[in-house]
Amino acid sequence: MILLELKNLSIAFGGLKAVSELNMKIKKGELYGLIGPNGAGKTTVFNLLTGVYRPTEGQILLEEENLVGKSTIEINKKGIARTFQNIRLFHHMTVLDNVKIGLGNQLKYSVLEGMLRLPRFFKVEKEMDEKAIELLTVFGLEKEKDILASNLPYGKQRKLEIARALATKPKLLLLDEPAAGMNPNETGELMKTIKFIRDEFQMTILLIEHDMKLVSGICERITVLNFGSELAHGETNTVLNNPQVIAAYLGE
Amino acid sequence: MQYQSKIWVYGGLVLFFLWNRDINKRVNSTKVKELIILIMEVIAQFMNGLNLGSIYALIALGYTMVYGIAKMLNFAHGDIIMVGAYTLSIAMSFLSLPAPVAIFISMAVCALLGIVIERIAYKPLRMSSPLAVLITAIGVSYFLQSVALLIFGSQQRKVESAVNLPSLLIGGVEITGEAMVTLGVTIFIMAALTSFMKYTKTGMAMLAVAEDKGAAQLMGINVNKTISVTFGIGSALAAVAGVLLTSSYGFVGPYTGSMPGIKAFVAAVLGGIGSVPGAMVGGLLLGIIESLSKAYISTELADAIVFGVLILVLLVKPTGLLGKKRIDKV
Repeated sequence: MILLELKNLSIAFGGLKAVSELNMKIKKGELYGLIGPNGAGKTTVFNLLTGVYRPTEGQILLEEENLVGKSTIEINKKGIARTFQNIRLFHHMTVLDNVKIGLGNQLKYSVLEGMLRLPRFFKVEKEMDEKAIELLTVFGLEKEKDILASNLPYGKQRKLEIARALATKPKLLLLDEPAAGMNPNETGELMKTIKFIRDEFQMTILLIEHDMKLVSGICERITVLNFGSELAHGETNTVLNNPQVIAAYLGE
Repeated sequence: MQYQSKIWVYGGLVLFFLWNRDINKRVNSTKVKELIILIMEVIAQFMNGLNLGSIYALIALGYTMVYGIAKMLNFAHGDIIMVGAYTLSIAMSFLSLPAPVAIFISMAVCALLGIVIERIAYKPLRMSSPLAVLITAIGVSYFLQSVALLIFGSQQRKVESAVNLPSLLIGGVEITGEAMVTLGVTIFIMAALTSFMKYTKTGMAMLAVAEDKGAAQLMGINVNKTISVTFGIGSALAAVAGVLLTSSYGFVGPYTGSMPGIKAFVAAVLGGIGSVPGAMVGGLLLGIIESLSKAYISTELADAIVFGVLILVLLVKPTGLLGKKRIDKV
């Protein structure tokens, strides 16, 4: 079953075509990679998917529903969550609160219930705490739940960002360079975590990555972007051995 | 530990008043009597300062909330006080509504005005430079003043006090009903606001928006709504400040809000702009310093002293008393 389909997706900033006529089909439960040299338009694709930019042409279909023109919040409700290339956690909040912000779109109580601390406040808060800790445990962060997000080591901040995105209960998870700045050990661990998330939550994951070890290790299919257009797509190993792709990465 | 020290402070105050009640019977020396009178006077001035400071604190809360969450200085905030005061005056004298209803109407009008101002004047500039927003805010401030001037004229208008409480005499110190209500209301609002920021989803959303609007939006937080709520609450607090201010002073004019607005801005910076408890501390401190310097140093110099204290504090601690250091990583 196709979860996400991009049809002729294009965006131009003035005369610059950042993404042009991109087509992509991602199946439910798939681990899909989006790779390409710097400036190829990968993050722009993420910004299009999350409604930060509006495409000049084309369609974004999530479960056959067109998302073009919908606001970021609506898209979040429809089930797309993302992490960022440069970590964008709520640094002045605790690890637990960061995840609880993500849970906020499912578990609610009114302002009055919160301010007067009525029974429902405690009930919902407890439920949120439990869910948040459950998620943090997946990432091995449960011991650090009460410290400020900014005090976490870099690798754990990346993991927390994924946990926060998962808390919004997405159908599709977008990871923007999850392994950026990680050492080989941390990357290895991250690969296991990403696979685990897919299997445990039956999540569909689209990731941007430069680390070819990670891409070839976990992605089932990939699309290669170069100067905003598709260069190749298909099974990871076939595509990575494509001479055109090698040329784009290494030069002729 | 904190609880214990509170008991000591309150206990000490109660003992002081009890001891003071029949001091005249026990003490004969005129020198001691004079000293006691002086102490009473200082306490009375201190109470005045608390009254004034509470009003500053209420206004400063609005400044600090808007700055903390929308990252802008809303210089039109002071003039919202004036709008609140005029609304109260109209509701009470023209429509002869009871005071609580009039106060509620005044808060609602100001909250709405704050939200509308944000939507029309500030929202289109959210992506532009902070300087453009600042200048727009100053423009809005003059706009509100001129509209008031057009409608009500330059004449100051008498306002009935919305507070109907007799003065209280404690140990020779007279505390007016207005002062008591002002202090009580400010403490209540402070507590309610703290609870709002800490225990509600909207409060959490505000903190998230303050930190990163883009990321907050992707977590399903409605940034526009959150900022509107912030402006609404800040402006409603300004209306309360307007009600209390005119209840204490009895008049309102088109420029009523501008000086308290500036002072409250100073209070917010003094306490650490962006910090809710900082606004409270800064406001009270400013009020006390102002009224003590008016009483014992010089009325003319009072404002100079107030601003002097601000400069001193900022020299030693540029983030203000309770402000957090912000390190922006690139």
